[in-house]
Amino acid sequence: MPSIFDISGSALTAQSQRMNAVSSNLANADSVADPHGQPYRAREVVFQADIQPGEAVGGVTVSQVVENQRPLRREYSPGHPMADAQGYITMPNVDPTEEMVNMISASRSYQANLEVLSTHKTLMSKTLSMGQ
Amino acid sequence: MLDQLNASFNFMQQSLSLHAQRQEVLSANIANADTPNYKARDFDFSSQLDAALQDSQAGMSSARTLAVTSPGHMAGAASGALDDPQLGYRIPAQSSLDGNTVDMDMERVNFAENSLHYQADLQMITNHIQSMTTVMRGSE
Repeated sequence: MPSIFDISGSALTAQSQRMNAVSSNLANADSVADPHGQPYRAREVVFQADIQPGEAVGGVTVSQVVENQRPLRREYSPGHPMADAQGYITMPNVDPTEEMVNMISASRSYQANLEVLSTHKTLMSKTLSMGQ
Repeated sequence: MLDQLNASFNFMQQSLSLHAQRQEVLSANIANADTPNYKARDFDFSSQLDAALQDSQAGMSSARTLAVTSPGHMAGAASGALDDPQLGYRIPAQSSLDGNTVDMDMERVNFAENSLHYQADLQMITNHIQSMTTVMRGSE
């Protein structure tokens, strides 16, 4: 069996990757797309259980980062320097509400795994001083 | 005499080891709380402890004995060796859309309870070792 340090450590890594994606999305929520360039699309991480062959349990890993395929937002703003011929600018498909919910969920999960890790650390140091 | 000492430690050792393994299973559940289609695992502690104790009692005759290939070798048996426990799947109280069956509250309660049991085991072993030491010192 893998150790708890590996399991919870992998979860911490995965959750902070999720947090990275959220912060990237929120930071770019208002990035106006260049009419000729590729507009920013919201990133999402995909979690996958990381169970080695022959093992019953395991940690978690980010298997891929996918781009959200929701349609991009179009905003009517004729005075904008990036506006197209119809007076529209293309905005990223980031949904700030969704990102905030995602952020809270990721930070709660991160906390839970950190607690597991610190409990385990305490138990292990007590085990080392067994019989004293 | 050493056999008796060993036997009295055996129960606590098995229990401690099983608690450590359950701790791993529960931590894996917590780690995978956001993984789509992950199914939460656990095992029944008391039945696995019974099985482990029976195993270790039968340990002398099982395959876990040391091979004796020379007359100078001593016969040894690993009484403390523990097989991986039989893991089952949890039945979720309510289903989630992504097929994940981890109930975070339940897992954390179980984890807290299990770490307390682990500490209790440790304390018992410590007390046992201390009484043994006291006996060995005798009337010094």
